Amino acid sequence: MSGQPYRREGATGRVLRFRFDGQEYEGLEGDTLASALLANGVRAVASSIRLGRPRGVYAAGCEEPNALVQIEEPFPEPMLQATTVELYDGLVATGLPGQGRLADRPDPARYDAVHAHCDVLVVGAGPAGIAAAGVAARAGARVILADERPEPGGSLLGTAETLDGRPGREWAAGEVAALAALPEARVLGRTTVLGHYDDNYVIAVERRTNHLGAAAPAEMARERVWRIRAKRVVLATGGHERFVAFAGNDLPGVMLAGAARTYANRHRVLPGRRAVVFTTNDSAYAAALDLADAGVEIAAIADVRQAPGEAWAARCAERGIEVLTGHVVTAARGEGEVSSVETAPRSKTQGAGGETREIPADLLLVSGGWSPVVHLFSQSGGTLRYDEGLGAFTPGEARQAVEAAGFARGVTTLRGCLEDGAEAGRRALSAAGLAVPSEIAVPAVGEEPPAAPAEHLWLVESGDYGTHFVDLQRDVTVGEVLRAVGAGLSSVEHVKRYTTAGTAHDQGKTSGLLTSGVVAHALGVEVAELGTTTFRAPYTPVSFAALAGRDRGPLHDPVRVTAMHEWHVARGALFENVGQWKRPWYYPRPGEDPGEDMEAAVLRECRAAREDVAAMDASTLGKIDVVGPDAAVFLDRLYTNMMSTLRAGSIRYGVMCRADGMVFDDGTVIRLADDRFLVTTTTGNAAAVLDWMEEWLQTEWPDLRVHCTSVTEQWATVALVGPRSREVLARLAPGLAVDNDSFPFMTWRDTEVAGIEARVCRISFSGELAYEINVSSWSGLALWEAVMASGEVTPYGTETMHVLRAEKGFPIVGQDTDGTVTPQDLGMEWIVSKKKADFVGKRSFARADTSRPDRKHLVGLLPEDPGVLLPEGAHLVATSSLPEPPVPTLGFVTSSYRSAALGRTFALALVSGGRERAGERLYAPVGADLVPVTVTSHVLYDPEGARRDG
Amino acid sequence: MLLIPCPWCGPRDEAEFHYGGQAHVAYPEDPAALSDEEWARYLFFRDNPKGLFAERWSHTAGCRRWFNAVRDTATNEIHAVYRVGEPRPVIA
Amino acid sequence: MAERRSPAAAFAARFEAASAGGGPRLAEIPFLTQIDLRVDPKSPAAERIGTAIGVPLPLEPGTAVRGGDLTVLWLGPDEWLLLGPDGAAPGLVERLTEAAAGEPVSVVDVSAQRTTLVVAGERARDVLAHGCALDLHPRVFGPGRCAQTTLARAGVVLVAGEDGFRMLVRSSFAAYVAEWLLDASLEYVTPPAGEAAPA
Repeated sequence: MSGQPYRREGATGRVLRFRFDGQEYEGLEGDTLASALLANGVRAVASSIRLGRPRGVYAAGCEEPNALVQIEEPFPEPMLQATTVELYDGLVATGLPGQGRLADRPDPARYDAVHAHCDVLVVGAGPAGIAAAGVAARAGARVILADERPEPGGSLLGTAETLDGRPGREWAAGEVAALAALPEARVLGRTTVLGHYDDNYVIAVERRTNHLGAAAPAEMARERVWRIRAKRVVLATGGHERFVAFAGNDLPGVMLAGAARTYANRHRVLPGRRAVVFTTNDSAYAAALDLADAGVEIAAIADVRQAPGEAWAARCAERGIEVLTGHVVTAARGEGEVSSVETAPRSKTQGAGGETREIPADLLLVSGGWSPVVHLFSQSGGTLRYDEGLGAFTPGEARQAVEAAGFARGVTTLRGCLEDGAEAGRRALSAAGLAVPSEIAVPAVGEEPPAAPAEHLWLVESGDYGTHFVDLQRDVTVGEVLRAVGAGLSSVEHVKRYTTAGTAHDQGKTSGLLTSGVVAHALGVEVAELGTTTFRAPYTPVSFAALAGRDRGPLHDPVRVTAMHEWHVARGALFENVGQWKRPWYYPRPGEDPGEDMEAAVLRECRAAREDVAAMDASTLGKIDVVGPDAAVFLDRLYTNMMSTLRAGSIRYGVMCRADGMVFDDGTVIRLADDRFLVTTTTGNAAAVLDWMEEWLQTEWPDLRVHCTSVTEQWATVALVGPRSREVLARLAPGLAVDNDSFPFMTWRDTEVAGIEARVCRISFSGELAYEINVSSWSGLALWEAVMASGEVTPYGTETMHVLRAEKGFPIVGQDTDGTVTPQDLGMEWIVSKKKADFVGKRSFARADTSRPDRKHLVGLLPEDPGVLLPEGAHLVATSSLPEPPVPTLGFVTSSYRSAALGRTFALALVSGGRERAGERLYAPVGADLVPVTVTSHVLYDPEGARRDG
Repeated sequence: MLLIPCPWCGPRDEAEFHYGGQAHVAYPEDPAALSDEEWARYLFFRDNPKGLFAERWSHTAGCRRWFNAVRDTATNEIHAVYRVGEPRPVIA
Repeated sequence: MAERRSPAAAFAARFEAASAGGGPRLAEIPFLTQIDLRVDPKSPAAERIGTAIGVPLPLEPGTAVRGGDLTVLWLGPDEWLLLGPDGAAPGLVERLTEAAAGEPVSVVDVSAQRTTLVVAGERARDVLAHGCALDLHPRVFGPGRCAQTTLARAGVVLVAGEDGFRMLVRSSFAAYVAEWLLDASLEYVTPPAGEAAPA
């Protein structure tokens, strides 16, 4: 181990090579990056975000505030804690100055998610968690045991305790392996529970291949989000050690005592050679003795208390370790790292007499007491209460089926934690309705000396609080907290926001309570009165990649396609997203280089539809079968116009409003039989309209005998449009009489088209002679191919459809309307029935607001320069120069196109009092220009409707 | 993510449901007989209590049935679910 | 009859390859008959329909019953989906309409509205659990259970069988769901060397 000067004798494991800040090092399998760096004597790992002070490893887990690193290879990942990064061969990392750098390339790794259900979720595989999970799982409960570390054991990993005569780490591994073998138990290692939400919905992230480095299998999800629904949750989350605020408490070489113990025991690494210990409680003695046994010279223990635990004092005396009772550390000193520690009687810092001592040391172990990890309990809605004995917050009343066990609820002894966990397991069993075993064996553990009370000290008093840090990651000092209090802030929530203490990505795991303590000290109140800041998810940082999981790239959101989609793709169509649908936008003419641009393609497609024959895939329209004896009454109540008078065989256009009178959807209503209608909706609103119908039927009109069934994808639809559409249809449907008298506008016929059973509707969304041919979607592609077979029919996309309908002034719900537009605003008074006693929306048309003369009306706009295309969304003003802001706007452009039929550009717009403005000149600010436009009717093409019969 | 007990399908994730606002707000018998203010009250005004609230949900991704629930808006606990047309249960 | 094409036809080869690689068995069963039936379960019509199709409409939410070559799925308190073999729709619609005998019943042929995907084999539950929030444990969702729910971001009707699941997927979503299933199966198709597949 000559390459690892701080590695203890007897360490085993494969040697791993890694690079840190450009330097090559060796570590051992099982190391974290932090333990490997300490083994190599690397003290300063990072620098602080605001002050640029050198920082070293402070903790041994996810509470680490200092040792922030960036993984550089195999894939860049910023803002990781060296204490939670598992070492792997080939790891390349750098220390960070408080913030990292995002990768400049897409992450090639896979991420996924999984849903899981259990009777009991146990969070934390320390002694209490293992005991709880074991009891529940052995009795047949469905158990999930999750732990954030690579191996189970929790606190046992850092101590030298034995259970049933076996080292704690070995015992934990054995118990958990036995658990994992049970059919209904699942053990999730390297899995951090991040969030605890309503109804015991718990989110965890499992890190599955991060520790493998470049050896990670590509097909295996690197991280997995677990979405767990637990009937009961046991939080065996243990505790985090706190530090104390004194001068220089951020120097590399200052470390939490428990963390140092973990490095010595678990990783067989000495974090220094000569240590001073500064403590408020007994726990640091066990650390000091373990380190002494490992070969660290313990120069002195400064104990705030006058009376430490007697047994501990005796053990120190046996080893010749000096214990300075009633003492504090007043400063850690050194250039870039600790080289000496100054101690003094506590009385001296409070103004009384006493002698300071400067003790040479390269390590200062601090224990300001331990705080139960109550984050998840608090997130779940549980209350917290201050425990005077612990000097920390512990779980109070639970709001859900959740309980804490072991140290997470303040149990301090190993035996106590094991028993407490077992009891939690029994309660989980009875909650799940399973038999509870009467006898539960708890493993034998060594005698623990009785604990002497801790004395809660938050800060070492001083005349200068400039380097008394409370939040190491945010560089917040006692001085700043005192300034906040001095500015009048007395709530810890306000102090947090004022100073940023507790807001770093460690979320104040080590600093939160310390900040409260300092505030309490300054205000002269108890910490219990002040309370704590709110705990929110996530418990530890989580990557967006993990949260996105599989919902990336092509699976980001469902892509809905029609039966004809493959044809459109093969033909080179460009697609437009309409809701989740991919619809052909336009079809550039094939075989040209450079290809036809959109403008040329759309002009060509429009000409074909107006002058020849063209076809569009209209399958995406929503379709709903409305069936029952009261179907006509029902539709009369939902549409603004009358549907009950429609004869079977005929079709009517209709508009639906919300109760507030605003247009909600439009489409055609086809009467198939007296008691049967087929309703079409806009593409984007299909689900909303069905929900709307069900809502009225179920909640307001349960007496109506009507049923609604979605048939959107049952049918594929081809819109055949243009003066020559009749002759094309006649050829495809020889059995159908297509002349105008036999098959008039707004009627439908069942027939065969291209040998396929079809329903043909004579409706038009372009003003031209047009048909919509509906067939089973299984035959949609065959129908489309048959329509296209002769080569004379031009396929057209949504852009052309939009131009054609806009030329006719047909609005598109959701484009020309926005939920504030009435049918009257659209110039469609004719579709609002005066005869019906009521329909949804009717009463609102009598409100003063819906008849204001300045309501926005749908109008046409003609730019004075016929080549200028207005951007959709452009505002309209009355003056040729802009006045000082706020500029009064008269309305805005909702649709804007180039028209082949008109030989110019045009637009539709919603304009205040627009119908009264016909002929007026308005201006559209576009960039720096004010584009003059003339207001006109919204029907710009064939206003007489002469073209629809061909 | 609430776990909402659909009266038919049993407990399902909140994501399967649509929220429908306050329950027991009936469509007026004769809207034409209402003053503008009364109609506006129906359209736009809803209670917003802290505590128990009777509200409508629809199991849109499941059986597509509308139902009512009494939920505590402060704790998110659902105290009862009941079918449309049934009276609001008394929660002790 | 002109050529029919099922919504997931383009995925046949990739489904087969995934199934052969040790992953879940994925397949499309095209062109099944599907009839959506709405009827008051307490009405005489409901009883007559049960007699006509040879199996009473299941009244317990989330259950499916089989009768002859028909499977009847509970979709809602007054809604059922009848599954039958390819080509059975016209006859079935006629039988149902006849049995309704003028009572207010809705019978709608929705055979092409959804297609049927099979997710079967040892890994079926694991694959679905990546995107389905239901508890698919055999004690909770075993053979005879069905549910309308979501898989990833698509609505599905999930039917548990002896050897896995049938999943009815809206035709326009079929390609998305197929891609999703293939992606979710990847880990199970080629188990990573040296790593135990998750339990």
